[in-house]
Amino acid sequence: MAKMNMLQAINQALTLEMERNDRMLVFGEDVGHFGGVFRATSGLQDKFGKDRCFNTPLTEQGIAGFANGLASNGMTPVAEIQFADYIFPAFDQIVNEAAKFRFRSGNQFNVGGLTIRTPYGGGIAGGHYHSQSPEAYFTQVAGLKVVVPRNAYQAKGLLLASIRDNNPVVFFEPKRLYRASVNDVPEEDYEIPLGQAEVIQDGTDVTVLAWGAQVEVVQKACDMAKEAGISCELIDLRTLAPWDVEAVAKSVIKTGRLVINHEAPLTGGFAGEIAATIQQECFLYLESPIMRVCGLDTPYPLVHEKEYMPDAFKTFEAIKASVNY
Amino acid sequence: MSQSNFSEAVIHRATFIERDSLTIPILKILQADGTTYEDAVLPQIDQQLSQRIFDACIFTRVLDERMLAAQRQGRISFYMTCTGEEAAVLGSVAALDDGDVILAQYREHAALRYRGFSTQQYMDQLFSNEQDLGKGRQMPIHYGINALNFQTISSPLATQIPQASGVGYSLKLQQKPNVAICYFGEGAASEGDFHAGLNMASVHKVPVIFFCRNNGYAISTPTEEQYAGNGIASRGLGYGMHTIRVDGNDMLAVLAATQQARAYAVKHSAPVLIEAMTYRLGAHSSSDDPSGYRSKDEEAKWQQHDPVKRFKLWLIKEGWTTEADEQALYSKYRDEVLAAVKVAEKVPSPKIDLLIEDVYDQPPPRLKQQLEELKQHIAKYPKAYPKTAGRL
Ligand SMILES: Cc1ncc(C[n+]2csc(CCOP(=O)(O)OP(=O)(O)O)c2C)c(N)n1
Repeated sequence: MAKMNMLQAINQALTLEMERNDRMLVFGEDVGHFGGVFRATSGLQDKFGKDRCFNTPLTEQGIAGFANGLASNGMTPVAEIQFADYIFPAFDQIVNEAAKFRFRSGNQFNVGGLTIRTPYGGGIAGGHYHSQSPEAYFTQVAGLKVVVPRNAYQAKGLLLASIRDNNPVVFFEPKRLYRASVNDVPEEDYEIPLGQAEVIQDGTDVTVLAWGAQVEVVQKACDMAKEAGISCELIDLRTLAPWDVEAVAKSVIKTGRLVINHEAPLTGGFAGEIAATIQQECFLYLESPIMRVCGLDTPYPLVHEKEYMPDAFKTFEAIKASVNY
Repeated sequence: MSQSNFSEAVIHRATFIERDSLTIPILKILQADGTTYEDAVLPQIDQQLSQRIFDACIFTRVLDERMLAAQRQGRISFYMTCTGEEAAVLGSVAALDDGDVILAQYREHAALRYRGFSTQQYMDQLFSNEQDLGKGRQMPIHYGINALNFQTISSPLATQIPQASGVGYSLKLQQKPNVAICYFGEGAASEGDFHAGLNMASVHKVPVIFFCRNNGYAISTPTEEQYAGNGIASRGLGYGMHTIRVDGNDMLAVLAATQQARAYAVKHSAPVLIEAMTYRLGAHSSSDDPSGYRSKDEEAKWQQHDPVKRFKLWLIKEGWTTEADEQALYSKYRDEVLAAVKVAEKVPSPKIDLLIEDVYDQPPPRLKQQLEELKQHIAKYPKAYPKTAGRL
């Protein structure tokens, strides 16, 4: 075990897998010698050479398309998109190509080896072009897996599982926790299985669900609720596609209530999908309407970031409203 | 005939065009000591125009120096400098008409000054206060002002390039004798939008100037890792475009090239590509430390090509300025910037009601409801939202 921040844990996962799998490549804007603008790929070029860890020209479309080509021919590309806000130029290559390679070819070709890593989320005074949480766009794309770790330990295990998964994965990294989240992380190789939610805290009154950076936020809300005598069951979804319906339903059947928190805007956000599914699965067990605490239906603002965020206070209010319905 | 636009020469043995067979000359007018090359053809420039350019040069230097310091002191959250690229930006904007529309990347605030953006307007944007024309929604340096025909900057790179083609085409259809000018870096020129934008402009015969600041780096990525061809200029030719490469640290060369580019674009209703070879003297942004990817020696070498100094030496030779004039300008602008900082810092943040405005032309009911709920929430937890709680 070692104390590690999320960037170090990600770096370690990449290093371990590059050592094990000589077909793995790491590339993206500034990821080579410089180690990426957040330094997640530091030292990899020195260790594995310029053929396996390199800067690309400044083209997300190119990065994703190149990665698709590599993966379709037996390689394991781990591509970095510098900020999730800049994944949209690569949207076509991800949505129409990566996700459908296997389906459209009758499984003659696939890009299962592909992983796209990208820092997402707000809380860093980044304004609307350095703060977005675009995960919901990708959850609608059949054929893709979507993974969001909440801390350093999770990041390492989930990233290793994502790289080894035989499907293309978009891996969203909560940038505001990159240095802030420090955990005990085993030095050795371990995987955290995809598609499984984790119950972080048992409780009886209400299920509170989040992923990525928001888990920390809802944890605070659960602590506030505890003071107010409310027992929260806290779940980290971890994988959004495919998501663990069973684990969430099981918890809601027990508690009878669900509060979902995410940073992306409310309308069309992934919380809507979860709410609809859970009300179908658990209708007879629900004691109150499923609550969503999300970003507002505006672009992510700069000066009103604090107000915009689905923070612990808003979540606490939703928990109370759910329990007192 | 649909296949008429390719060259006619025929060969009967496979002979490839060599990569290096394309030589693209670089326009240089001013020498390092402020004299001009013997056979150089000067741009149209007089004392008044030179003064306007030089003023903007010094203002930009002061702004960059002061605001980088302000960022270090935690007074603003982010900053990007134009340092080293003043000639590329000012030499080009000075060749334009005020009715020409500017679509910038983010390192072209010198152009905004040239157009008349006030010191206070810079500060209001940098401090995201209530007076900011962008209403505090974007990070520092994302300026924009309709009155000066300077479209608001967007962070996603290269998106302004195809837009510039559209703006230029609209000028043409509106029969205005104007052009659009689009600034971008050599890094942004790798984006798909660059290729899309140039192709649209050339096929649709659009009066637009694509102006590439080739400053050697895209964050940490040097040009060798950005492209393998002959710079960005060669691509202009590939898209069938009038193209020129200039010394981007040579104010007179940039001015001459842009004056002619503009005249050509308006007269023929056609796009032009200008590649200005320059160097980013500073860090990429206030979040970046270039010592991780380039040597001090390299930076020192480029300091000797300082475009502002070179232009100043020329002005002195012309008898249009003196070292003392320059010093006076520096101190005038230092005072002016400092005073504007003090004012901007005291202007409050935009009110919370602005959060839901301009998302659509009118806020839909759902957004109004979200705002109401938010205000009630803030009123309940005033300590958690100190900036807005007192001003609901
Ligand atoms: C689509 C997109 N991808 C990535 C970024 C992150 N980014 C901001 S500036 C920059 C480098 C730009 O380099 P260049 O275009 O050469 O301009 P310069 O900074 O050198 O003036 C990058 C990669 C972005 N803003 N937009």
